[in-house]
Amino acid sequence: MKALIARRHHRFAPVVLLALALLLTGGAYAALSPAPASAASAPTSTDIDMGQALFRANCATCHGTGAVGREGVAPSLVGVGAAAVDFQVSTGRMPLMANSAQAPAKPPVFTQDQVQQLAAYVASLGAGPSIPTAEEIDASKGNSANGMALFRTNCAMCHGAVGQGGALSGGKYAPNLGESSAKTIYEAMLTGPQSMPVFNNANITPEEKRDVIAYLAAQEQGSPGGATLGSIGPVAEGLWAWVIGIGLLIVAAVWIGAKSS
Amino acid sequence: MSNEHPGTDVSTAAEGNRLPERFADPGLPEHKARLTDTDPRAAKRAELQIVLLFGISIVGTILAIVAYAVIRPGETVESIRTSTLVLGVGLAMAMGGIGLAAVHWAKTLMNDHEKVEYRHPQASNAAERAAALQVLKDGADDSGIGRRGVLKGAVISALVLAPLGFVVPLIGGVGGDWNVSKFRHTLWTKGKRLTHDPSGKPIKASDITIGSAVHVIPEGLKDSEDWIEEKAKAVVLVIRLDPRDLTEATDRKDWSYQGIVAYSKICTHVGCPVALYEQQTHHLLCPCHQSTFDIADGAKVVFGPAKRPLPQLPITVDAEGYLVAQSDFLEPIGPSYWERLK
Amino acid sequence: MSQQTAPAPRAVAATADYLDQRTGVGKAVKEFARKIFPDHWSFLIGEIALYSFVILILTGIFLTLFFVPSMDQVTYTGPLAAMDGVEMSKAFESTLHLSFEVTGGLLMRQIHHWAALIFMASIVTHMMRVFFTGAFRKPREINWVVGFTLMILGLAAGFSGYSLPDDVLSGNGLRITDGVVKSIPIIGSYMSYFLFGGEFPGTQIIPRLFTVHILLVPALILALIGAHLFLVVLHKHTQFPGSGRTDRNVVGYPLFPVYVAKAGGFFFVVFGVLALMGALLTINPVWNYGPYDPSPVSAGSQPDWYMLFLDGALRLMPGFAEFTVAGFTVSLNVLIPAMIVPGLLFSGLALFPFIEAYATGDKREHHVLDRPRNAPVRTASGVSILTAFVVLILASSNDIIAPHFAMSINDLTWAFRVLLFVLPAITFWATKRIALGLQRKDRELVLHGHEAGRIIRFAHGEYVEVHQPLDDHEQWLRVQHRPERPIQLLPAEDSNGVVRKGYRKDALRSRVSSFFFEDRIEPVTPAELAQSHEHEEHPAIGAGHDEAKGLVDAGPTPGGGALGGGPNAPHDD
Repeated sequence: MKALIARRHHRFAPVVLLALALLLTGGAYAALSPAPASAASAPTSTDIDMGQALFRANCATCHGTGAVGREGVAPSLVGVGAAAVDFQVSTGRMPLMANSAQAPAKPPVFTQDQVQQLAAYVASLGAGPSIPTAEEIDASKGNSANGMALFRTNCAMCHGAVGQGGALSGGKYAPNLGESSAKTIYEAMLTGPQSMPVFNNANITPEEKRDVIAYLAAQEQGSPGGATLGSIGPVAEGLWAWVIGIGLLIVAAVWIGAKSS
Repeated sequence: MSNEHPGTDVSTAAEGNRLPERFADPGLPEHKARLTDTDPRAAKRAELQIVLLFGISIVGTILAIVAYAVIRPGETVESIRTSTLVLGVGLAMAMGGIGLAAVHWAKTLMNDHEKVEYRHPQASNAAERAAALQVLKDGADDSGIGRRGVLKGAVISALVLAPLGFVVPLIGGVGGDWNVSKFRHTLWTKGKRLTHDPSGKPIKASDITIGSAVHVIPEGLKDSEDWIEEKAKAVVLVIRLDPRDLTEATDRKDWSYQGIVAYSKICTHVGCPVALYEQQTHHLLCPCHQSTFDIADGAKVVFGPAKRPLPQLPITVDAEGYLVAQSDFLEPIGPSYWERLK
Repeated sequence: MSQQTAPAPRAVAATADYLDQRTGVGKAVKEFARKIFPDHWSFLIGEIALYSFVILILTGIFLTLFFVPSMDQVTYTGPLAAMDGVEMSKAFESTLHLSFEVTGGLLMRQIHHWAALIFMASIVTHMMRVFFTGAFRKPREINWVVGFTLMILGLAAGFSGYSLPDDVLSGNGLRITDGVVKSIPIIGSYMSYFLFGGEFPGTQIIPRLFTVHILLVPALILALIGAHLFLVVLHKHTQFPGSGRTDRNVVGYPLFPVYVAKAGGFFFVVFGVLALMGALLTINPVWNYGPYDPSPVSAGSQPDWYMLFLDGALRLMPGFAEFTVAGFTVSLNVLIPAMIVPGLLFSGLALFPFIEAYATGDKREHHVLDRPRNAPVRTASGVSILTAFVVLILASSNDIIAPHFAMSINDLTWAFRVLLFVLPAITFWATKRIALGLQRKDRELVLHGHEAGRIIRFAHGEYVEVHQPLDDHEQWLRVQHRPERPIQLLPAEDSNGVVRKGYRKDALRSRVSSFFFEDRIEPVTPAELAQSHEHEEHPAIGAGHDEAKGLVDAGPTPGGGALGGGPNAPHDD
């Protein structure tokens, strides 16, 4: 029996391997693509100067010169760290374009280099969390089981069981994490942007953060049951039961009841 | 209702006296022959289609069996999905093929002349009813129940009481120890450390930064015999706010520690874990029914179906700087029940 | 059996003979094999429910062989990486095992769950068909109640099965159930102990729900399906109106062979569709939710669709309704949405046949169905109840709708709070108007025929469009129904000025009856048609005249029954 199973596995090994290779490539690409930015981690004084210029031109209107914030308009950025800047600016959430319930992710305004310069400038104003290294966000080094347990307790109530996103009060929402890079997810936990609480390294350690990333990366394999229907649970399932299930069966019933010509 | 013409006379009897009050039923329409009734080639074609559909069913069965033997769910998501998919499609073909074939057969080749069957009133006729009544009366007379009043009373009493011998033990046993006062107490006691859920690591006050939300269980929860029941009551959310944002009732001033507050995670509505914390508004939202509590203001309800604020756990720090409870909750946690305040 | 026209094969004949000698089965075959059933697609909806139930039993048997209804804690060691080393109940572990390690297990689980959703959906659709066509009228009121009970049992079956895997999603569902039960005045906390065998969640609930799910509820459903079908056979199926179809006959095709093929074939079609859904569409992915633990919860926590209305009611009710009296807590904020609102909706549904019979005072048997337009108030009531149901379902989906349509969940909740009261009233009014309009359209057709699209010019220069009169069958469909009219109220005092006994009861009944039948359009009578044809010869007479003719006000009418004056006037012609 064992041999039989082994042979069957063998026969499908190429397919499985190919799928795995594709997944790994994809995962590695997602994990590594922002790496050059964080690799150039030691900011030079030129970076800080360039960042300051960018800040004055694009951010100071709201955050004030020197990033000390303006009461009732925008918070102080002193001590928020490079991670917060990288999260907000590289996902396009900042600069804010329009007033809405929350700042949405959109195509970034700045290049990766400019983001680094901004981050270097803000980091120079006061100590804060820095941008994670490629090692820290490498999903393949994480434990997805532990990640799932942490995600369930700390994240699923807002982002949903597999990170599909969900509603907050007053038109705010927790975004779909399937659209976020590992680096963004890490930075969000670390800095607690907008409505999100902060999960500092004492609450969820860097290794645990990587576990969470591993769990979310595993979702890219899809569902063992077939189409996921958006992973939003019983409401979507009910809709499919009515539209597709009852729909098809009533079409069949009409066909059965119709007179043949 | 008022926009109709009032008082229009429906009676058209003036000239219609000779006409019947209602139209007459024209009777069943003529049978229309199908193409397969008139054209033998169409009938032959339909027969072929039916055979083909039965053939699809057989192919489907074979596919399902082959899939069962060849594609087994293995370690990967992909393998489970493929196994489910191929087996399911085979089964769907096997079943659907028979269904479509049978229906197509009935529609095209079976006799399609409508037939008429007559209905009869549901009620029995008078004679049958009288006979039935007589039968019952005869039976009652034979039993003599009408004449023996005590016997009647006895039989009814015995029948009514008898189920109690079954029902009392059932209801008595089904609720465990029926000690509903357990709702009032949780594992929290004076000096018990707050620890991370689920790891059980104790929490230093200094580790919680402003804007943090930490999900907390009492220390040593897993050592408890009924840890799931205890966890269901004891889970707490610890949040640190800027102390300037915090409005505290005078008698609760010392329940928090430097802006760190701890509230029961169990909703006062129907008991879902309230866990959705928005750090900018300090609102805590229940994902089940959207009750919203203001953590900055004693967890008062600001929206949704809950009425009462979440119970607050009084906390402080011990000598080593770890967060500890000052006592148990001072009120029952979770949803309201009748004797909650007693 | 031996007198068949075509000689049966010897083995078949011998078997038949053997059985008949011992059971007299020949009589049953003679009676039932060629029983006539009318043909209409909507009569097959109930069969979808029946067949999904059969499929539920078949797949359910498969699942029971692998499922372990136990809340003992174990550590997972199976193939699913995201669960490796996680502590969970045996119920959850065995669910993962049968999904991932038993070939076909996940397929059966998914077919089972889809079948459950389709079972409830087809029951509701079938009830709509029965309701809107008036199939619940005498003699079928009891069968309506049997069917209604089946729907409630379906809810119980669904709810108990949904909770069995002991995952976070269904566990929070149970927690909500616990909260709702606790809100019951006086006995709430004891009811909670009754359910859970102690404190929530305990170790009893999964084994208990298992017994309820695989024994108690299915046995009751099976028994009631038996009663339901027995009554269908006893009453013979209703039929849609049409020429040749009356309350005294049933027109259609024989059970054998036409319905053996059509209805039997439909079973396989239903199975095929469900198998396809199970193969392609993930349902209830408990491996995403994780094993039950009282602390976590995920966004998008909802019950299966058929329980959404309850959850929606809970979401809409504002919290102010909770109060204390003499130190005891009364949670009307839970009791109203969880018990009173569904109680009202369901009682209205269950009692409707009796309410309508009270309003018509009609004692005849009905076997020809109503076209929904011909019973405007009934149709409007049904649409109104459905609207409330749909609003509650949408309210329960507010946290799904809000982010997908960029709306505020608070605004949505407020909108649904208002719509729950406003929309059913609007749809009632609109449906009634539409039904009356369609009846007017029917009258119009009967009186003037179809527009032929051909314009002719009279010698004196006037243009008219030629109308094609309806053929007998088309006409009959539009004039066959008998209009119900409000029951007349006899005066409070008799001719001697003595106050009549039971006047107030009669007055109430008269009001109910007026509500149902005050506004109505009556079918064209032969006299009206004759009159109209006379007019047609003078086409200058404007349209609208006939419409007015069709409308009858609430005043005394010749055909209406009377209250307090003995039996109602017979409607037979």
